Amino acid sequence: MPREVADQVEDSAAVEAGLDALDTPPRSKAKGTLTRSILSPIVALALFVAVWQFLWSRAIWPEFQLPAPIAVWNEIWKVIDSGQVWEFLWVSVHRAIIGFLVSVAVATPLGLLLAKVPLVRAAIGPTISGLQSLPSVAWVPAAVLWFGATDAAIYTVVLLGAVPSIANGLVAGIDQIPPILPRVGKALGAGRLDAARYILLPAALPGYLAGLKQGWAFSWRSLMAAELIATSPQLGFGLGQYLHNGMALSEMEMVMAGILLIFFVGVGIELLVFRPLERAVLRARGLTGAL
Amino acid sequence: MTATLEATPAHAGTEAAVRLTDVRKTFGHGHRAVTALDGIDLRVEPGEFVCLLGASGCGKTTLLNLIAGLDAPSSGEIALTTTRPAVMFQEAALMPWLTAARNVELPLRLAGVKRADRVARTTELLDLVRLRNVGDKRPHELSGGMRQRVALARALASALDGNNGEAASLLLMDEPFSALDAITRDVLQGELLRVWEATGTAVVFVTHDVREAVRLGQRVVLLSSKPGRVVQEWAVDGLTGADEAKAIEKINARLREVISSHAA
Repeated sequence: MPREVADQVEDSAAVEAGLDALDTPPRSKAKGTLTRSILSPIVALALFVAVWQFLWSRAIWPEFQLPAPIAVWNEIWKVIDSGQVWEFLWVSVHRAIIGFLVSVAVATPLGLLLAKVPLVRAAIGPTISGLQSLPSVAWVPAAVLWFGATDAAIYTVVLLGAVPSIANGLVAGIDQIPPILPRVGKALGAGRLDAARYILLPAALPGYLAGLKQGWAFSWRSLMAAELIATSPQLGFGLGQYLHNGMALSEMEMVMAGILLIFFVGVGIELLVFRPLERAVLRARGLTGAL
Repeated sequence: MTATLEATPAHAGTEAAVRLTDVRKTFGHGHRAVTALDGIDLRVEPGEFVCLLGASGCGKTTLLNLIAGLDAPSSGEIALTTTRPAVMFQEAALMPWLTAARNVELPLRLAGVKRADRVARTTELLDLVRLRNVGDKRPHELSGGMRQRVALARALASALDGNNGEAASLLLMDEPFSALDAITRDVLQGELLRVWEATGTAVVFVTHDVREAVRLGQRVVLLSSKPGRVVQEWAVDGLTGADEAKAIEKINARLREVISSHAA
């Protein structure tokens, strides 16, 4: 009844403003305190070291199986102090990053094809999912026979480890897009390409990012497996080789220092790169449950 | 003032905003085929507000999708004056990664509108739905009613541009308020009438709520279910008080009759 509308406008504007104020969801406050997020892992770490120190002091196992925490720390400090650590880190990390980037470049179009072309999905979807559960270390012997102990062999292993994870993450991300969004895109006038760019990819971003995170973990793991097994002077001296040398010399301090360095690089990149990215993406969408 | 019209009123000369001629839609093939719409004739004049009313399964959403071009009819003809109607769904379906303003801007961006013009039009449309101050909020920070208003502004943005910058000529709405609470629905109905008056757009509004149909529409079109056919039409423009109540009662009775015929 449009006749009445003009008289109602003033009144309804006020009601509407009131409703807007009442119904707006409250801002979610940042959960967790500094104590919980920083102090608790430190306490857990201190406890772990204390138990280790205690077990070592009881001399249950020989030194070459369980060295003292301080001995491991000294070994780490030694490679840091001599500057050797930068060499291992550089060799391994730059390989992991190159391998990861190439994996992203391969896995992204592959994931799009898998998600959007039913024939491709039926043909190779199960294989790609299956590859995810195949430990990439299983590829090392094949890669060495194909390419010799070269960088190509190492990158092959890294790619076979990371590509399935990233592709599967993207597929999952696209599968989980609410069907209404592409329909809305069509109604708003998006063509196929525009729909992919402005709707499908941004909507799939959380799943894709989860895939990238897992892909990074897999490339780092695969790389360490490859470096540990395929050692040769022409491959340079990475963290895997350092670990391998520790084993060859029966130096448990070196082995443990190697494990810790591998761990810290993996966790460090996750915390410095992927966690903030994921946080920003999820928070923008109001998905704060896991943060 | 309630009058029953012929199925297709003759308006020779003027071009209709929407003209459906014997539109049929069948889903599936062979003996399992389901006819959703069976010979729909409908004409919506420019600037007219038409409510499509019907129970579940009457194909009202299917009909709206056909008019919106999201789906193709099995047979029959659909003619629109606009190249792209504005469409609003039951859910706001805002892009959760974009702010309210960016959501409104999206169709303009898709249409390749220049940045300055995009910003100006977005501000204008957010003003129209009285959400000027929340442009930089994300959908999850808005209430259900506010989200639906953003969706309305976004739909209008797509139509405005689809029409070469002229006023929107057709707005299609699929039960846009049915998921909202009663007060919000009431306010948004008033809001929609205000926007309709301000833009002069033709509106095709799908609903299962007789009261809503009579309050909003100038004309109410009742569809039967399975398959969907036009049963009857009523002119309900400008009804108030007792007349309005009478119209609601009458249409309700007819709707109940149509629904009852499905029992057995």
